[in-house]
This record gives sequence, C-alpha cells and structure tokens, in this order.
Amino acid sequence: MDALVNKRIKQVLKGDQNAFADIVSLYQHKLYQVCYRMLGNKQESEDIAQEAFVRAYMNLHTFDQKRKFSTWLYRIATNLCIDRIRKKKPDYYLDAEVAGTEGLDMYSQIAADDQLPEEQLEQMELQDRIQYEIGRLPDKYRSVIVLKYIEELSLQEISEILDMPLGTVKTRIHRGREALRKQLNNL
Amino acid sequence: MNTCPEHIIDYMHDYLDGDISREHEQELKQHLHTCNDCKQLMQELSETIAFVKSASHITAPPSFEAAVMARLPKPKSRVGIQKWIRRHPFFVAAAVFCLFMSATLLGSFMDDQHFSVTKQPNLVVDGQTVIVPEGEVVKGDIVVKNGDLIVEGEVDGNVTVINGQYMASSAVVSGRIEEIDEVFEWLWYTIKNSVKTAMTFEEKEETK
Repeated sequence: MDALVNKRIKQVLKGDQNAFADIVSLYQHKLYQVCYRMLGNKQESEDIAQEAFVRAYMNLHTFDQKRKFSTWLYRIATNLCIDRIRKKKPDYYLDAEVAGTEGLDMYSQIAADDQLPEEQLEQMELQDRIQYEIGRLPDKYRSVIVLKYIEELSLQEISEILDMPLGTVKTRIHRGREALRKQLNNL
Repeated sequence: MNTCPEHIIDYMHDYLDGDISREHEQELKQHLHTCNDCKQLMQELSETIAFVKSASHITAPPSFEAAVMARLPKPKSRVGIQKWIRRHPFFVAAAVFCLFMSATLLGSFMDDQHFSVTKQPNLVVDGQTVIVPEGEVVKGDIVVKNGDLIVEGEVDGNVTVINGQYMASSAVVSGRIEEIDEVFEWLWYTIKNSVKTAMTFEEKEETK
C-alpha cells in the first residue's frame, strides 16, 4: 500500500490533482472515524476530516516519503481536532443565562452535561454509550484512548502522531484507562 | 487494597499495554491470586478496554471524497504554462533569443556613454564637440557618439550623430544626415548596420 501511496503522492506533486482522490479514498474512513470519536458530532467531524485532507494536499511537498503517510495524516487530523475542542471550550460562560430558559445559568447545566441520570444511561444503546463515555474523557486522554483502542495503533505510532515521548503516551493511556474505569464504575 | 504495593498497578497497565517483563508478569499473577481487590481492579480495567473496543467502525459519508476534491484549491496556472511551453518549443526558443538579443543591444547602448568620433584627418575635436571647419572637405562617413557635430565646411559622405546634436549653418553634406537619440532608433540603427555589414561581407565574398 505504501508504494501505491507514494506513487500517488508523486503524481500529485507533479500537478495531477486527480491522483489525490485515490489518497482520500484510501484514508477517508480512518480519518473520519478519529475525528468522530474525538468530537462526537457528525457534521463537525466531516468538516474537520475534510479540512485535514485539504491541509495534507497543500503541505504535501513537506511530507517525507520515507515516513509512514498515515501517521502524518493522523497527526494533521488530531491536531485539528484538539484545536477545535480547545476553541469550543470558552464558547460559553458559566454565568451566562441559557437561551430559552429563565433564571437558568450554565451552573445548572453542568451537572447534566457531566453525568446523565442513571435511568437514562441504562436506556442508551451500547454504541451511543461508548461515544458518550469517550466524550466525557478529558481531551488529553481521549486522543490516546481513541488512537490506541479504536484505531488500534502501536504506542510508538501514537507517540509520533501526537509528537510526545513514548513515556508520556504510556502515562496518558494508563490514566485514561483508569478514568474510563471510574466512569463506568460509577453506576 | 491500600496494603498492596503500588507497583502492582503499574504492572497491570504494563500488562495491558503488552509491555511487561516475564518476572513482573509472574509477580503480578501471584499477587492477583492472593488479593481479591486487585483481581477485581484488573478485571474492571480489562472490561473497560473491551467496552471501548466494542465500538463499531464508523465510515465516512459517501459524498466525502467528492467534497474533499471540491475543497482543494484550483491547480496553479503554472502547470498550464508548462504544458504550453512543452507544446511550442520553437516559439519559446525564438522568444528567448529575442529577449537576449535586445538585452545585449540595450546593454551596450547603456554602457556606450563615452564620446567617440570617426577619425578623419581634418576634423577638429573641441571637448565633446566635433567641428568640420569652414572651407574644408571631409571625405567619408562621419559618426559621432555622445557628442555634438557642427558642420561649417563640406562633408562627402553620410553623417550620423548618436546621442548628440547636429548643427549646421551653411553645410554641404553629400550623403544622408541621421540624428539618433532614442533607444529604439538606436536599436533600429544597430540592427540595420549589422545587416548591412553582413550584406557587404557577402557581396565581397561574391566578388572574390
């Protein structure tokens, strides 16, 4: 597969834009899945995954063809996702009144956002529940858990994608597992 | 569980990472046999992993590829120019030739700012001014560059003044009079001259 990808990359670099379609077709599901698991919203994930491919196209000349292309792509996508998560955070203020409610501010919403009532959780479909629990993880644990257990990548690859030492990746996976276990145990 | 050594939990994670030495694994297994709390923790961690791993595969929507391709920036026109160049090699060669030719000619025009005059015995040179004195007859063509020419006598030939002024009172010039100031006129003159030299050269060859 790597040989085919490198061939397509060379064609794109020579100015053949259509060769990029094959690259998109090969990696689209992987990238979309990572974005979806990170962001938990279909429209947003589609937008970010597309943006990742566009960035890859624009910066293709900087890609070192001796390296693994998927690692490079994952890196662009996870960076975009993390940026998006960080930008979303200060979008609301705790003191602001929630639209359409009277006297309800964000403080009253937070508990509901953090943990749904037990009955509601039990009624959730398994798949929704998985996504919900992943979404509740702090983003630094979420990215490693998604890359490790959903994309099933090696620790070495994850350390390259997230540009952090192997030791840090391990620590985050350990803490991420622990956090998830506690979330599931709280029932 | 508080009595359990802390490194046991590290060993659990190492085990789950598939990154544990044989001795550590032995130690962990022995401990799990004796400690129910740790056994339960280990079980819960394994279940947590199984839970996340049971997530179904998500696939991108069918229109995804087309949407990405539509978002790509338009290919640069550079590619178009390159194709055109490849298709018309002769035209490109001619254009490059013209460019270099005009560059050299213009260059020599710019460089050629010093005063010069054709040598005839009875011409009088006064600074940047060349004078054909009264009563004298100068034979042959006169070319003055970057200087003025004053004709008071007679000239038996053509007169050319480049980047200067031609002044005459009662002059008699048997040939043509040319005054060249502008770049284009000068270019035209150079080209004409080189063609003329080539022609006379050929004529000489033929007469031989």
